[in-house]
Amino acid sequence: MSVFKVGEVLPSKTYIINRGSLVAYANASGDQNPIHQDEVFAKSVGLENVIAHGMYTMGLVGEYVGRMAGSSSKVREFSAKFTKPVIVPADVDVELVVSATVVELTDEIARLEITAMCHEVKVLGMTKAVILL
Amino acid sequence: MLNPDLVGRTFEGAKSETITAQSIAAFAGALGESEIHLAPPTYAITISLAQSQSVLIGSGLDWSRVVHGEQKFHINKQLTAGMNVRCNSTIESARAVAGNEIITVRSDVIESGEVAVISWSTLVFRA
Repeated sequence: MSVFKVGEVLPSKTYIINRGSLVAYANASGDQNPIHQDEVFAKSVGLENVIAHGMYTMGLVGEYVGRMAGSSSKVREFSAKFTKPVIVPADVDVELVVSATVVELTDEIARLEITAMCHEVKVLGMTKAVILL
Repeated sequence: MLNPDLVGRTFEGAKSETITAQSIAAFAGALGESEIHLAPPTYAITISLAQSQSVLIGSGLDWSRVVHGEQKFHINKQLTAGMNVRCNSTIESARAVAGNEIITVRSDVIESGEVAVISWSTLVFRA
């Protein structure tokens, strides 16, 4: 018997994104694109400010999905569209608020539709996961 | 523009690599994961995106114009430290939209002859 119910909204979690966390993700992932670290460079290519790596935002959502599943080892499918950049000014903690709805259940899996918001704007689109029960 | 003949072609990774515990711990730690010995769901990007980058630069695309549009993972087997993996990338599609070129690359991360993780990256090369 699953602990989930179809239509259930799972508890939200808030993640903090700041310049320090972007540097940590850049070092861990190997993605050292300066638009994620260097404000002068980011502005020189037409961005409002430094932006988070899309994969960093998706990675934080992945933490959420694993947490809801009980372990990251239960995540079988995970997808997202990078619809809006997460803008990260210096010395600011940007809040990423993640929540999910259970949209399908079988004996083996649950399918989740996920919402990821910064400043009440959806930053990821079509964010979906399949987790093992 | 990508040569249309390359759509459907698979590029085999030049070499295999061994996943280290340090690499997983750093990646998991950066995402605030509590189980830092387990590869997070998005960890395969550290392997697949480098391979996609090398394939697409090798095909004449300008990586400085790239924006990540979309990402999908199918995880058949969770990656763990000590696994020796190889990555094969296939250019699945390429289309032009409003002067931008949108390319989807499928990367198969293979361990012991089996596909552990499939990573699809849709990359937008801005005009």
